[in-house]
Amino acid sequence: MRKFKHSEITPEKIYNRRRSFIKSIGYGLGALTLNSVPLINAKASNSNKLNSYEDITTYNNYYEFGTGKGDPHRRAKNFTTRPWSVKIEGEVENSLKLPIEEILSIKSEERILKLRCVEGWSMVIPWLGFSLSELLNKVQIKPTAKFVEFETVYNPEEMVGQRYPVLNWPYIEGLRIDEAMHPLTTVVTGLYGKPLPNQNGAPLRIFIPWKYGFKSAKAIVKIRLTQKMPNTAWKNASPREYGFYSNVNPEVDHPRWSQATERVIGESILAPRIKTLMFNGYGDEVAHLYSGMDLKKNY
Amino acid sequence: MKNYFKPAVFLLSLWPLCIITYQLFYNKLGPEPVDRIINHFGEWTLIFILLTLSMTPLRKITKSLEWIKFRRMLGLFAFFYASIHMLSYVGLDYRFDFEPLIDDVFKKKFVFIGFSAWLLLIPLAITSSDKMARHLKQNWKKLHSLIYVISIFGVLHFIWLSKTIFFKPLIFLIILIILLLFRINFSKFSSKI
Repeated sequence: MRKFKHSEITPEKIYNRRRSFIKSIGYGLGALTLNSVPLINAKASNSNKLNSYEDITTYNNYYEFGTGKGDPHRRAKNFTTRPWSVKIEGEVENSLKLPIEEILSIKSEERILKLRCVEGWSMVIPWLGFSLSELLNKVQIKPTAKFVEFETVYNPEEMVGQRYPVLNWPYIEGLRIDEAMHPLTTVVTGLYGKPLPNQNGAPLRIFIPWKYGFKSAKAIVKIRLTQKMPNTAWKNASPREYGFYSNVNPEVDHPRWSQATERVIGESILAPRIKTLMFNGYGDEVAHLYSGMDLKKNY
Repeated sequence: MKNYFKPAVFLLSLWPLCIITYQLFYNKLGPEPVDRIINHFGEWTLIFILLTLSMTPLRKITKSLEWIKFRRMLGLFAFFYASIHMLSYVGLDYRFDFEPLIDDVFKKKFVFIGFSAWLLLIPLAITSSDKMARHLKQNWKKLHSLIYVISIFGVLHFIWLSKTIFFKPLIFLIILIILLLFRINFSKFSSKI
């Protein structure tokens, strides 16, 4: 009987601690966020409850640091993120090499966005960041550019996962140029009002809320504008299972598992799965990008 | 001394259950508790299947008959953990909502093969007693060689549900191949005699 009581008390304590933590952070940010882009999509997160800082920073898919969910948290502690620069090159009039300090000086705002992993789970994360278009506007893009490619740093000394052929390193991701220019496509610089933790993609990552999580490349060193569709990492590893678009779509299953529902991270053991929403709930904002396209073919 | 071996192995085999019980009561199952429980028991099912398969090679290598005494118990634990694994998938993950579950079984090959492996374990568990072994005579050995099929199904199940074969599914695959190779070599060896 004693054990039973204990189990009732513990979750409540943790729950309260989480609430007060979220509140304290929320108030602090309120003053900072002046931009009023309605990024919190009511339809996007069924519960609209933020995940805890702990969940967001200890449960990660970041294969450069290992395939286990806890590996990035353990192994990315001493990852070198300074000095750092990001090259913008390819189909541009003027290639640029931007020091990270210059990019971080672009004003970040809080963007509460939902992450849906291709594995069938989701989190709601209070990111800090700005639209990728702000960064891309620093260069003159040639009209021949059709796609944007993101390249993650190659550093097998520190990224132990890169010593094994799990994927083709360095990690490549990409977007069509109109997707990249969409205001929801975010350059992430932090979360929960703090600088971006290493395991979440420091010093700089992108985040595309209507696509499966693996589209959102981490620790970016190169942004290349291209004519051809980039040969993205997961598509390269298994083209039948991972398409270039990889929009969240409950009607198009992964060949091996269903995408109709998802498990919400941080919920209790008795919480049910929830229905996955088209474009992860951001359909109103992004569906027009794909009008006339067969999303079953262009998965 | 040797009389204590069997109860000791029995108690040790309960370890996976103790871990989860502890983590459940002290809220240490992590951010995705349901997934954690399912994966935990799934992995331990595979470990027990591989342990079951290692008893015969160990007997031959060490030339000690002791090992074979644990085989049945380890096999029954494999069935026990496979059943918890499946029940937690059906009950905790899908909350006994059978429509999507049946859909999964027929559409998703990893669910299909995993479920098949569990079904195949049932007759082995039922006929595991000495009485049944005596009753079935020659057929008992034939029936119980199903464990080879089950072990292959189990490892395929793990490979197919994982995003990449690195590293755990690969490790299980390599160990399974080694254990199965033992069989091929030994049968050739004994047929020569």
